[in-house]
Amino acid sequence: MKMSTLLVRTVPIVIFIIIVVFLAIGLQRDPRIIPTEMIDRQLPDFALSELHVEEATVSKWDMMGQTTLLNVFGSWCAACITEHATLMEVSKLGAVQIIGLNWRDTRPDALAWLERFGDPYTKIAFDDESELAIELGVTGAPETFIIGPDGRIRYKQFGPITDEVWVTTIAPIVQAIAEETE
Amino acid sequence: MRGLLLSLALCFQAGLGLAQTDPVIAPQINPVEVEARTETISKTLRCVVCQNQSINDSNAPLAADMRNLVSKRILAGDSDAEVREYLRVRYGDYVLMRPPFQKNTWLLWLGPLLLLASTGLWFLLRASRSKQAGAIGRRVISEADRARVRAALGQMDDDEAGS
Repeated sequence: MKMSTLLVRTVPIVIFIIIVVFLAIGLQRDPRIIPTEMIDRQLPDFALSELHVEEATVSKWDMMGQTTLLNVFGSWCAACITEHATLMEVSKLGAVQIIGLNWRDTRPDALAWLERFGDPYTKIAFDDESELAIELGVTGAPETFIIGPDGRIRYKQFGPITDEVWVTTIAPIVQAIAEETE
Repeated sequence: MRGLLLSLALCFQAGLGLAQTDPVIAPQINPVEVEARTETISKTLRCVVCQNQSINDSNAPLAADMRNLVSKRILAGDSDAEVREYLRVRYGDYVLMRPPFQKNTWLLWLGPLLLLASTGLWFLLRASRSKQAGAIGRRVISEADRARVRAALGQMDDDEAGS
């Protein structure tokens, strides 16, 4: 077979394979997950009212000096209930502090929700107008940021932190942060 | 150069603001203009909850909050491009309805053109090759071959005569 004929016959197959590979990758991605831009960035400055104590403020200084999970939740968010038991357990471990970002909620609804399912949070920032949510590029709830003691955002978890996610993903990162700050 | 253009644009805008409103108060943009610009900018920003809609079309609560943010940024004196950049820094290129031309998007922008060009080239090559093949085809039968064909045909005639 002549070289040029070989080329003519293989080119369509090669193009076909390239298209298949591209489509296969595309199909396996979840289009709802928008990669975050926040990794390795410093927490933005903010001051939001605390959920329980309206006149108190929550700011980035509440998250400095120790490893923090900043957990975006709302009483309207069904998936938040599935991670709540895990968050309650994690809050008892003491390896991290958990700060809540109560997103697009009303105070009575949020307080009733916490009354019912428990409150794992050290403090809760009340963000009914997405002020901090947009600063952090939040796209949905639940979402959780891991923040180092230096206030640098290290990781963002899309969706609920189940026991499995805690063990396989979150805990190792928390551990790594603890080791590098020792 | 870009910085110069930007600062010129900002001066111009500030000037407009002054001309339209009470010059004693800090430069303000009139509410109708803010609304119009919010709409224009919102149409170019993708809702991150319902992804095939702009934040102007979307009913999602987050889209409403993002529209408010756009208005706030305009009031703070941002240009249209600066407002888009503000959200892009936080949500990535994803938030822009029109992908910018850059390292990871050149194939997206130039792909159709490349495809058209390569198909065109393919056809041109094929056309010229078949033309060449045609020219060669006429010359390919050598005198020796012709003699062999004649001999074979002659033999066939003989066979037919013999039967």
